[in-house]
Amino acid sequence: MSATFDQIANIIAETCDIPRDTITPESHAIDDLGIDSLDFLDIAFAIDKAFGIKMPLEKWTQEVNDGKATTEQYFVLKNLADRIDELVAAKNAGTSTGA
Amino acid sequence: MQLDYFQLIDRIVSLDFDGKAIIVEAQVPAQHTIFEGHFPGFPIMPGVLLTEAMAQSCGWLLMGVMKFERMPFLAMVKEAKMRGFVSPGQLLTIEAKIEHEGSGFAVTSAKARVGTELKCSADLTFRLIPFPDPAFRGFIDARAKEIGFPLQAIEQ
Repeated sequence: MSATFDQIANIIAETCDIPRDTITPESHAIDDLGIDSLDFLDIAFAIDKAFGIKMPLEKWTQEVNDGKATTEQYFVLKNLADRIDELVAAKNAGTSTGA
Repeated sequence: MQLDYFQLIDRIVSLDFDGKAIIVEAQVPAQHTIFEGHFPGFPIMPGVLLTEAMAQSCGWLLMGVMKFERMPFLAMVKEAKMRGFVSPGQLLTIEAKIEHEGSGFAVTSAKARVGTELKCSADLTFRLIPFPDPAFRGFIDARAKEIGFPLQAIEQ
């Protein structure tokens, strides 16, 4: 498990009052953990602050709505951790990934 | 304040685009039917209306910073604290600032004072959504002029 996943899982546990030990890298934030869009705003705020990024939620949502991506690509937590690592790497490299 | 129309902000005192902060004034009416029920013989501004006044202050700030490209809709109220009574006829000065601009949402904070006395404060989160229709945008533009929104700063 990556350090990024651990940090995300801790944020979700604290923000949504979900037992930490039920949150796994395979968990789908919406389908498995039952996180709704309002709670996800809280999570996004905490993740943005913790990692110094701006998660492109609108872009991701649009891609899902357009059928260009699946919710699993962004909301299964191991994948979300990968997306966050990419955003942090892009920020450190001084480039944007569309946030 | 025009309580019947839920227009709680009377005047924008200052809007700092770089600092992402706003100061507004809101004159609590000396008389209104609300005070007949809240409370008989002890009229005070309801906390929900004070919270709404802080939310509207944050809303004007967000619309200014986003150059009126999105409409902020209140999504979350946290840490709302009613620290003192606000009475009919008092002038509220509300300071608000943007704490975080996310993708499709923003987190703000606001404080309302009467004179130097802090009366209430809250952290307010908004969803940022395109204006539902042009008429709505027209209403907002007209209201912006009424309260002295510095539209010229947006047009530059």
